[in-house]
Amino acid sequence: MTTMTTPVDNGVNVAALLEAREALTAMPEAAQFAWRATCEWVHGTHSRSTVEGFFGLGEEQKHKRVFTFDADHPEVFASEDNGATPVELVLAGLAGCLTAGIASVAQNREIQLNSVKATLEGAMDLHGILGIDPEVRNGFSGIKVTYDIDADATPDEIRAIVAQSQKRSAVYDIITNPTNVTVEVR
Amino acid sequence: MRTTVVVIGAGHAGLAMSRCLTERSIDHVVLERGEVANTWKTERWDSLRLLTPNWQSRLPGYRYEGDDPDGYRTMPDTIDFLERYAQVISAPVRTRTAVTSLRRAGDGYEIVTNRGTWSCEAVVIATGACNIPNVPAVAAAVPSGIDMVTPRDYRNPGQLDEGGVLVVGAAASGLQIAEEIQRSGRPVTLAVGEHVRVPRVYRGRDIKWWMDVTGVLDERYDEVDNVLRVRNLPSLQLVGSDDHRDLDLNRLTDSGVRLVGRLAGIQSAKAQFSGSLANLCAMSDLKMNRLLDRIDAWVSERSLERAFDPPQRFESTRVEASPPLSLDLGSVRTIVWATGYRPDYSWLDLPVLDRKGRIRHDGGVVTDAPGVYVLGLPFLRRRKSTLIDGAGDDARELSDHLAAHLDRATSHPGLAARAA
Repeated sequence: MTTMTTPVDNGVNVAALLEAREALTAMPEAAQFAWRATCEWVHGTHSRSTVEGFFGLGEEQKHKRVFTFDADHPEVFASEDNGATPVELVLAGLAGCLTAGIASVAQNREIQLNSVKATLEGAMDLHGILGIDPEVRNGFSGIKVTYDIDADATPDEIRAIVAQSQKRSAVYDIITNPTNVTVEVR
Repeated sequence: MRTTVVVIGAGHAGLAMSRCLTERSIDHVVLERGEVANTWKTERWDSLRLLTPNWQSRLPGYRYEGDDPDGYRTMPDTIDFLERYAQVISAPVRTRTAVTSLRRAGDGYEIVTNRGTWSCEAVVIATGACNIPNVPAVAAAVPSGIDMVTPRDYRNPGQLDEGGVLVVGAAASGLQIAEEIQRSGRPVTLAVGEHVRVPRVYRGRDIKWWMDVTGVLDERYDEVDNVLRVRNLPSLQLVGSDDHRDLDLNRLTDSGVRLVGRLAGIQSAKAQFSGSLANLCAMSDLKMNRLLDRIDAWVSERSLERAFDPPQRFESTRVEASPPLSLDLGSVRTIVWATGYRPDYSWLDLPVLDRKGRIRHDGGVVTDAPGVYVLGLPFLRRRKSTLIDGAGDDARELSDHLAAHLDRATSHPGLAARAA
């Protein structure tokens, strides 16, 4: 059967990504990246984080502009609620990473996405951060991500895209695996 | 000593190449560190059987002619099969001859062994993909007092102390070993990374039969999307048994094995596991169903529905809602590292390895050393390249290339050296 089809366009330049993969295979040192953020305390539990520069492809790089993120606690914690809680920013990071992956994988598999919506929920027992119960961890006891995806594909093809996106996701890896963290004071 | 071609390794791949060279009357020897089928003789566990059915071991000039084509060879049967092959094809095998160095010498190569030095014009490396068991760096953090064993040294559950066992790795080795250790009464926790699930039998036929007839096993290295990815795939979750049973994670769960995520770290005598288990199981189920879809499509395109059992889909892999993210190693007596193998090229004095220690090659043609070939690596030229049944096609094609190389070297002496 021959039909007129518009080329699949999810707005991801897969050709460039595949080229980059080839180039970085040949030049492993260029693949060494460092991501950075700075953060300044504002007042109370309110802080403002800024991202601008990062390192990659062997040299310093810059975003097109400076991005800032306000973090605070909500009023139920007797705070002023000047921004998302840091744990919500983590959920936003996970959603952003998985969703970017879904768009890229779908593009690579020539599947047109019409809409992609993620709903995230991280369950937490405050007995951890409040120090009430040492058996309870501070972080999420689990994270549930639910995707509603409309795409020109079968349900199994969509599930396979979402699965592949998790497999290649940096934030998913950061959350599901331990990472050494060093915090120093100058 | 001088010969035209030296084949290193007298396993199925080296023997298949020997046969192809003999057919072309190319003078050669096969150097073997131990005896024919040495790895099968000395480095595999007692209960292991081949994952492929008996019929699926077609080698150049040799095939199975017994009365159990659908059975799976035990290790003694496998050894016997390869020893007979070496005899039938009169392979010029030099046993107990360990290669300690392979290096360039003029237009050819020089091979130093414990039994003298060989000069030759071409070399075929058929030492296999499974020489050194991979043990992840995290093993250094395992508390003393816990025994560690790899599939190369493991023989049977009886060699392990009583007590808990952590099996790391969910390919064929990890699953088979986990199953028999659990059955021996030692409680097993299985750390599951990326894995490939398939049923043993589908629509009344062995899955390997389906992969053969539908062309899956013949897929070529230069036609797949990402050859690096497929070369790193773990082995299929299969076991060869008299009852042709499946071996998957559900079966292990039913037998009492506890499934956890990929081993991510060890800290303060606790093993930490990745939270990715559910996704890896979902991926594997989806991948299995794509293979079954492909089989079903092959059947219906040929209108062969009545020749086979009806299509079937299998229960999804069951994963606990919140699998444990850590395990107190105080409850563990033994860790089994079923985390794959890598080749041993410590004797190879040629600049042909990439930064990960793999030979750079184009379908077995070693690009940086004209006249050197490699056989028997994962997806070398086809998906079946590591199967006994895959050695023949690879050996035939590479012996074509090798013969052409020898012709060029003879008619234009020095050309091969300049090309290098």
